[in-house]
This record gives sequence, C-alpha cells and structure tokens, in this order.
Amino acid sequence: MAAPRLELVYDWEKLRSLIGEHLEKARQTLPPRIYEELESKLRSTAERHGLSPDEARRIIDYVLQEYEFSMIEPGEPVGTVAAQSIGEPGTQMTLRTFHYAGIREFNVTLGLPRFIEIVDARKEPSTPVMYIYLDEEHRYDEAKAKEVARRIEFTRVVNVAAEIDLDLINTRFVLRLDPLMLEDKGVTVEQVKKVVERLKIGKVEVDPENPLVIYIYLKPEDMTSIIDLQKKRERILNAKIKGIRKIRRVVVQAETREDGTTEYILVTEGSNLKEVLEVPGVDPRRVYTNNIHEIEEVLGIEAARLALIREMKDVLDEQGLDVDIRHIMLVADVMTQTGRVRQIGRHGASGEKPSPLARAAFEMTTQMLFDAAARGEVDRLLGVTESVIVGGIIRMGTGMVEVSMNPAALVKAARAAGGSEQGGSE
Amino acid sequence: MARKQKKQKFNILEHELVPKHEVVPPEEAVRILRELGVSPPQLPWIRVTDPVVQAIGAKPGDIVRIYRKSPTSGEVVVYRYVVGY
Repeated sequence: MAAPRLELVYDWEKLRSLIGEHLEKARQTLPPRIYEELESKLRSTAERHGLSPDEARRIIDYVLQEYEFSMIEPGEPVGTVAAQSIGEPGTQMTLRTFHYAGIREFNVTLGLPRFIEIVDARKEPSTPVMYIYLDEEHRYDEAKAKEVARRIEFTRVVNVAAEIDLDLINTRFVLRLDPLMLEDKGVTVEQVKKVVERLKIGKVEVDPENPLVIYIYLKPEDMTSIIDLQKKRERILNAKIKGIRKIRRVVVQAETREDGTTEYILVTEGSNLKEVLEVPGVDPRRVYTNNIHEIEEVLGIEAARLALIREMKDVLDEQGLDVDIRHIMLVADVMTQTGRVRQIGRHGASGEKPSPLARAAFEMTTQMLFDAAARGEVDRLLGVTESVIVGGIIRMGTGMVEVSMNPAALVKAARAAGGSEQGGSE
Repeated sequence: MARKQKKQKFNILEHELVPKHEVVPPEEAVRILRELGVSPPQLPWIRVTDPVVQAIGAKPGDIVRIYRKSPTSGEVVVYRYVVGY
C-alpha cells in the first residue's frame, strides 16, 4: 500500500558512500570483528538482492542497538555467572570419563580431573604432553620428522641395553646391547661407548668378536663393596646418551591440514618447553605444551593466560560441553591477575579472600574464625557473603549504587534559588 | 653471562602464544589511567621477572600495553602494571 521505496542499490561502493556516516559510527562503536562481519554481510546482500540506503541504515542501527543491549551492565555478578556456567556442565563431566586413551598409544588426563588440575594451578600436570611442530624442512617428510624425534627423545643406556652382568673373574661389567633398540633409537655402539667412558668408572672396551658387547673394567679396589658396585651399575644404566630430559617418548603423528596437505608433528610424553625450543628442526613459534606452569616461566604470563583458556576449552569441548568462551576467559583473567598463575580454590583465588566471615562461611568455619581472631582481622563487610551473614545489602546490581549528599552543591543551589528571593526582599 | 645466554636463542616474542607487548610512555600512562579511572595497582600485574617484560626491557612501575587477539572481538588492548616481586 505504502509507496515502495525502491531505490535499490546493487553497487557496494555506491551504497557505502551513501551510508558512510552510519558505517563510520558503527566502526567506532563495534569491536573490529563484528564490524567486519556487518560490513561483509551488507555488501553480499547488496550485491545479491540490492539494498536501499534507508534499509542499510536501519540494519546498522539495529545491530548497534543489539550490541549495546548485549553489553554487561555495571554491577552484574559476572564471576558468579561464570562459576555457575562452568560448574553445571562440570557435574555432567564427572559421570563420564576419567582417563581417555587419546593419541594412539598414550593416555592423556581429560575430563574433570584435568579441569581440577588446571584450576588448581598444579606445577606439573599428571600427564604432561607436548605438541611439537617442525620447520619447513622437516614438516612434510616422515623420515625427517623421525630424525628430529630421535634428537628429542630422552635415551639412556638402559633403553638400548639387553642386559648388564658383573664378570667377577675379570673384574668387569659386561654390557650387552640390543640391536633392535639401537636401530630404533638411532644410536651407535660407538656412541654408547663414549657415554660410558665419560663416567670415568674404568677402561671401556668393545668386544673385538662381538660388536654388541661392551666391557667396563673395574679397578681391584672397586671390588670391595657390593653396594658400591650396585651404584656403579645404576650409573651406567642411567647415563644419558642423547635427547632432552623429562621427554620420555616421542611419537610422530600425521596431521591433515585444511588445504589437504599433510604435516608431521611430534607428540611427546613428558614436557620440557625451554629445551625443546632450541632443538634444530623444530618450529619454535608453534611448540605447545599442556604444562601451564612451564609456559608461564618460559613465555610469560600472557602466554600462560592463553594456554589456560585453550586447555580449559579443550577439556570442555572434548566432553561435548558448550560453555561460552567468555566465562573461561574470565577465569583465566582472574588466575593470571597477579602476574603469576594462581589457583582458584575453595577459599577464593588462592585463599586470599580478605573477609574472615566469607572464608568461614565455607568449610573449616571455626578454624577460620580462630585464625582471624588471633590475627586481629577486621571484616569490612564489603563482599557478598559477609553482607548476607549480617543482613546487609550486597554490592552488586542495584546494590552497587549509594545515595549521598553533597553539602557544597546544596549550598550552591540554595544560594542560586535564594539569591533572587533575597534580591527581591531587599 | 647475559650475552652468552642471548646467543642463538629463540626469541620468545615470536611465539604464537605471546601477544605483542609494549611499554607505555609515562605521559600517556597517566592519561590512560585517568580515562580508566584506576590507580596503577588496580590494573592486572605482570612481574619484572616475566620473560616478556625482560625482553622488552620494562621496569617496575611501568605500564605495559598488550594487544591481545580475542576470539570474541578481534584485537583487544589491555594494560598490565609491572611489579617487582
């Protein structure tokens, strides 16, 4: 009925110049990502169906309005909402899995136990895992990837030894190597010999007839104590041949990328970020570990914050729980607020709640009160729990605001109002 | 010793987990604090011993600007207060 305003514009550049003012306003208000989405959608709609400038303006206004509605109001208890939003799905998590045989042959802790580990800010995860990406040269070739893997895998003499015996007649240790293991770990007999020599236990010799047998000659005075011999045996077996400490196993894994190419990455059991970053053949920019404490130490608190978010999100995703990332980000922000990763436990972030009443409200009530009394603590009744205990107003939402009198302004207003009256009476 | 450590070491600022950090000049820091309506200790902290702080050479008392990549809103600018503990 109403006259259709059919000045549809199909050309984006033209439309943009017509609604430039609105777009500029949107660009200033909206976060870049949302603005980009708005612009690209306007553009595709205009090009496909045509848009009148008036319509486009109304769309922008509507988006701006929605954006402002979705912002958090001052005084909104975001922490409580985050706690509930993570806590409720957490109850479903418990019933599902504890351990999950994830990547081929090793176990990775997932589900609730892992989540607790993250939030508790444990120094070491129960199953440390690293994901090591390789550089251009080693990325696409399994053999080359394996080469780097061998460089990283921590290998001791015991890993390649078949047996070690004490030959009492000739006062020597007989170390027999396992050819299969040597092959697998990429170690030569010569290397093992050098490692054992460096221990300075005695003369080391490879059997001239059997190259897989190494003799370690002992001095006669060594033969007096059995405990001593045991210790020497341990030292030989535990001697490091190569690799990086703490990295127990390395598995080469093929990962198919979006564009169809295959990339080989190394997944390790055990984690040592600092040293892996320096290994040749590794792409240090993309090395990742699930040990958040290590990331904090090597890459800083901001990296730790990102790792926290990623780890928590991964646990929830893996369990099929859809929690908004903003809640997780808030938790990570609180955990990293003091510049180091601190835990969120049952008495607040690392038990640092300032109010003794709030601490006493949850578990170990008497002990908390005794401690607070002994220390002469004062409760300023500013938090939620304390306010509820004493029947006060909680400081959130509408309880955030207070009304107060400004005497100076009153005097001023009275003077302004009274001034004319006075003037009139005199 | 410091030189010895620097030698052929991977620069952590290039790691994908590390967002861009920069020291805010004092005059600007005052302006930002006024805008936000906070005193420096009310900002989130970052330790002087933090590897990134050491890499960019910030001192205790400085304000560091961080350009975070946020999954919800593209790039976000946040500030941290350098503390010396």
